[in-house]
Amino acid sequence: MDLLELINFYVIPGIVLGSIYALGAVGITLIFAILRYAHLAHGDLATLGAFIALASVTALGVSPYIALPIAVIATACVAVGIDKVFYEHLRERPKIVTVMASLGIALMIRAVVQVVWGVDTETYSRGIVRPENYFGLRIRDREVYTVLAMILLVGGLQLFLTRSKWGKAMRAMSDNPNLALLSGIDNKKVVMLTWVIAGGLCAASGFFLGLNTELKALMGWQMLLPMFAAAILGGVGRVEGAVLGGLVVGIAEELSVLVIPSEYKAAMAFAILLFMLLVRPTGLLKGKVL
Amino acid sequence: MEFLGLVNYALFTAIFIGIYALLALGLNIQWGFAGLFNAGIAGFFAVGAYTSAILSTPPDDGRIGGFDLHFVLGWIGAMLAAALVAWPIGKICLRFRSDYLAIASIGVAEIIRLVIKSEAALTNGARGISGISRPMGDIGYMESQIAYLVIVLAVLIAAYVLVERQFNAPWGRMMRAIRDNEGAAEAMGKDVEFRRLEAFIFGAALMGLGGALFAHFNRSITPEAIDPMVATFLVWIMLILGGSGNNRGAILGAAVVWIIWSVSEIATDRLPPEYAIQAKYIRLFLIGLMLQLVLRFRPEGLLPEPLRGDRGEDRRTSKSGADRE
Repeated sequence: MDLLELINFYVIPGIVLGSIYALGAVGITLIFAILRYAHLAHGDLATLGAFIALASVTALGVSPYIALPIAVIATACVAVGIDKVFYEHLRERPKIVTVMASLGIALMIRAVVQVVWGVDTETYSRGIVRPENYFGLRIRDREVYTVLAMILLVGGLQLFLTRSKWGKAMRAMSDNPNLALLSGIDNKKVVMLTWVIAGGLCAASGFFLGLNTELKALMGWQMLLPMFAAAILGGVGRVEGAVLGGLVVGIAEELSVLVIPSEYKAAMAFAILLFMLLVRPTGLLKGKVL
Repeated sequence: MEFLGLVNYALFTAIFIGIYALLALGLNIQWGFAGLFNAGIAGFFAVGAYTSAILSTPPDDGRIGGFDLHFVLGWIGAMLAAALVAWPIGKICLRFRSDYLAIASIGVAEIIRLVIKSEAALTNGARGISGISRPMGDIGYMESQIAYLVIVLAVLIAAYVLVERQFNAPWGRMMRAIRDNEGAAEAMGKDVEFRRLEAFIFGAALMGLGGALFAHFNRSITPEAIDPMVATFLVWIMLILGGSGNNRGAILGAAVVWIIWSVSEIATDRLPPEYAIQAKYIRLFLIGLMLQLVLRFRPEGLLPEPLRGDRGEDRRTSKSGADRE
């Protein structure tokens, strides 16, 4: 196998998959760092986002790319709503109770998807898309859009976190919640912002997974482990770490097929997760350990 | 005859409650007494079921074993195997907050599912292992059901007595101390990590035993025998509703939730087919909602954790204030 083949069949799909994981992992890392619990419903929230986009495509007849912002906004609202209805009153209790509640939410979101959209696999558009040929590199348009969207969204988020007042407030909450509260940061607004960002990115992640593969009720749940592996690999609380982690996990999953049976592709993320917890729980970019 | 059918159904339900009660007891050791979040119950269950199946079935071509051992050896093997799977995971994850264990246990369950599906040499792949002997299985149908129920109950009572005894012993007191105030327990010289590992492994062994009882009751085990997410979640809601930290609560919760679950299944099966599938998912939604409601309105469950000793009230108040982190 020559280098071009390796890149075409393993590295490029790995980067695309990694970008999808990165979008979800950023939300996970923010929730983990600011709200301080592992959000187990993140994958199923991504499923919901993907199916909301599907509903917009079928109902309005628009192109999937126009459905994306609709799905992002709707899922962000759903995420805020879930927090208000189910998580908010658990805030004073040990954080692990919220983790448990989020497992229940995962089941509920999935049940909603299965009731509304059924259990069959769906796609945004029919037909096979042939990849374009760029000097021997075979890349599909949607793959370019996936990576570009990830870079734009995460870049925008990074600007927001470093430059704007509310972004700084979020980072302050992540670094030292007591000090942040003492200096008058409105906890409620920070929590809401976190959910808006996490929910929106989640929908984008689900949407691009659906765009590049297909939509099914379990698609998000199966992304949960890679997303957490990415967040921990990059360092909890580090946005750029989550992107790096996502890309590493995505590429590692695609490359793993070369050495282990393809059934065990999904085990790669788990292996990375355990390995990081064992040797460097702070992650590559020195994040937090809760 | 209608009456006989009803009795059979009651027996069947009772056996399942017994098996789920064992799982809930196992989870109670992990969560109720050590505060460990295990979201991979179905994985340990499956390990136990397959281990016992491999050990106790007669030799078969195309897969490892069976070893044709007595079922008691199979059940012990199931507990050992589940404990052996729990050990490395606990070893790696219990140094951190329980969130990490939650994620890793989801991963373990997923890997176990993959192994069961793809390692045909071990598990016979999608066809599963059949021909597992049921103790007292060669007498008449109903007698055999009754006999098995007695066996399940005997195992359950034995597990309950042993676990309850441990909880009232210094070991149980120490575990609760670690759960409620890790720093203080550590300052008293308790090896927090090791003790948590103990609780995690004991709990996992009970879950493995539950799996073995299930496999021998069904006489077969296939990858599709249980839905991992649903089974794991049912055990969680059983424990939380029944009362985490209370062994009788865990058993009561298993009975209540399983009865609700199986009666609602009968109800939805009567619906016309076009609604039946949707009704199945609505049941899942409602069971998820039930957890949210219990967590919000009755977090201590139906039978709250007993307050041991006259200082119990202090412990309760300190629990809400000085919890982890």
